[in-house]
Amino acid sequence: MTLIDPAGGDVPGTGSPDPYYGALPDPLMVDGSSTRSRLAVKDLLAEVVISLTARPARTLLTAMGTVLGVAALVATLGLARTSGNQIVSRFDELEATQVSVQPQSRGFGGDNSRQTSFIPFDADDRLGRLNGVVAAGTISDVDVGGRLARSVPVNDPLGQNEYQIPVLAASGGLFDAVRADVLTGRVFDAGHDQRGDAVAVLGPGAARRLNITQVANAPTIFVGDEALVVVGVLADVDRKPELLNAITIPNELAKDRFGLQVPAEVLIETEIGAAELIGAQAPTALHPNDPDRLRASVPPSPTRTRSAVADDLNVLFLVLGGISLIVGALGIANVTLVSVLERTSEIGLRRALGATRRHIATQFLAESAALGLLAGIIGTSLGILTVVLVSANRVWTPVLDPILPLAAPLMGVVIGLVAGTYPAWKASSLEPIAALRGAE
Amino acid sequence: MAAPVVDLVDVARTFDATPPVEALKSTTLAINEGEYVAIVGPSGSGKSTLLHILGLLDTPTDGTYILDGIDTSVLSERQRAGVRGSRIGFVFQSFHLLNHRTTVENVVLAELYSTASRSDRRRRAIEALEQVGLGHRLDAYPTTLSGGERQRVAVARALVGRPSLLLADEPTGNLDSTTTQSILDMFAELNGAGITLAVITHDPEVARRAQRRLSIRDGVVTSE
Repeated sequence: MTLIDPAGGDVPGTGSPDPYYGALPDPLMVDGSSTRSRLAVKDLLAEVVISLTARPARTLLTAMGTVLGVAALVATLGLARTSGNQIVSRFDELEATQVSVQPQSRGFGGDNSRQTSFIPFDADDRLGRLNGVVAAGTISDVDVGGRLARSVPVNDPLGQNEYQIPVLAASGGLFDAVRADVLTGRVFDAGHDQRGDAVAVLGPGAARRLNITQVANAPTIFVGDEALVVVGVLADVDRKPELLNAITIPNELAKDRFGLQVPAEVLIETEIGAAELIGAQAPTALHPNDPDRLRASVPPSPTRTRSAVADDLNVLFLVLGGISLIVGALGIANVTLVSVLERTSEIGLRRALGATRRHIATQFLAESAALGLLAGIIGTSLGILTVVLVSANRVWTPVLDPILPLAAPLMGVVIGLVAGTYPAWKASSLEPIAALRGAE
Repeated sequence: MAAPVVDLVDVARTFDATPPVEALKSTTLAINEGEYVAIVGPSGSGKSTLLHILGLLDTPTDGTYILDGIDTSVLSERQRAGVRGSRIGFVFQSFHLLNHRTTVENVVLAELYSTASRSDRRRRAIEALEQVGLGHRLDAYPTTLSGGERQRVAVARALVGRPSLLLADEPTGNLDSTTTQSILDMFAELNGAGITLAVITHDPEVARRAQRRLSIRDGVVTSE
């Protein structure tokens, strides 16, 4: 049997001084790194890995509470972000740029055109001055008193040539405000309106029934006995589809011949993002004396939509996630404490091998932090997987805050550290003597 | 003559209680390099207290303990831990091996709290295991080893740091007589190779193998 000798020199004996230990150290040399107890980070990490992998099933079960908590939080935040993004991207540009102003309704069943309204006929001008308005125009139903419309005054007993066609009154700006496409001819403008010209614009449905296919020779139609010159036929409109089946005439003409008293509604096309502002300003611009008599309908703002979704759906899940995080932390604390008791003799042994109290505490803290990190990583993965699966199921685009996959495992570490503090303190305060005897 | 490895001067240990318990009365004791000393006493005699003081696991309430020329009474907790780890090798009655680690991993643990590099640690651990005759069981787990083999692993772990003092607390307490003899043979060989040994036991048979026997009774150490 030979003695080990790391230095490869002589075995220390009573004889010649050993190169390793021969010179007895000066007490001051104790401060040197050779004697001072230390624990390298690499060694600490290796110890942690060995401890956690010694009982993998137990490690996983211990981490489960934190895993679920982190997964719930990540999934909730991820889904909120994903669904919020979905709402914004599906947001309708047409809706977002439309404001309509109507009189505040008074009680039930009021017919707006008959009611005392506060919408002036010069609404186009008043609103056109507002910054953010692209086009504005009034639109009103005209009560023609049951009069029928026909294209030529012929009496043909065999065929029907008179129709009940709705008549609408509009200001010149309306056609821009509804984004009208003209099939043939043109739409009337403010000039026609002011002069009270007897002109009409037909929707495609009305034109088909009246047999008007082109307007080059200024065809005339009759509503009752009123003759109207057709100046144009619409192809399509983006808003107010009732225009498509109607005869639309200028306000002034409607006032003069059909007894229109006030416009029923103002339709405004705004620039993107201006709808809310215009909605607030329009009643004042139209009726400065008493703007409260008018009601502006604005599209819901995207920010409001998103926050509503977040409020409804998320609070519950965030609370649940938080609760399971607390439960998870308690789980880690509990199991770590049990393992401190189980490993009493190991702690005593480590102290005998040169570990300080601080080394023991550090090791247990590092173990619970690593457990938390593990739980955080698994939980984050599960959470992201949930977001992706739900998105795939709903044909959404998954959207994640890039901070989330980094912050969530970190949260696991914090939970592990908090949970491990008491057990680590407990382990470090064990007396090595008691710890070494306790195992017998 | 070189300074003794262990030099206790008027060391006493009193435990706070009412009345105070004088577990170790004022003791002056020196163990020289290369000595094989047995400390014998019945349970409750104060021998465990002496062991813990010698092993720097406990501090005396009185007196001075100089280990390897270092006055241990002035050391900080961290320095004491360092001295304990590097200069004292412990062998316990119940071995204190970690069941989830292989033989060699258990021995490597001895230098975890030192500056030795990882590869050096492993090499020295293997050498120590070969020295105690377990070179063929490097990757065995303690649960598959016999009691004697486990104690050999523990001895290897104690040797690997090249300690100034090998401190054994009832090293054969959990072993049968045949195994006891083989462990004692090994101690004798280690001592022959220059290791300073202090064995604490209640078994006169174990004590008989040492060069020098001290007995302890009611906290008083006497030379036989």
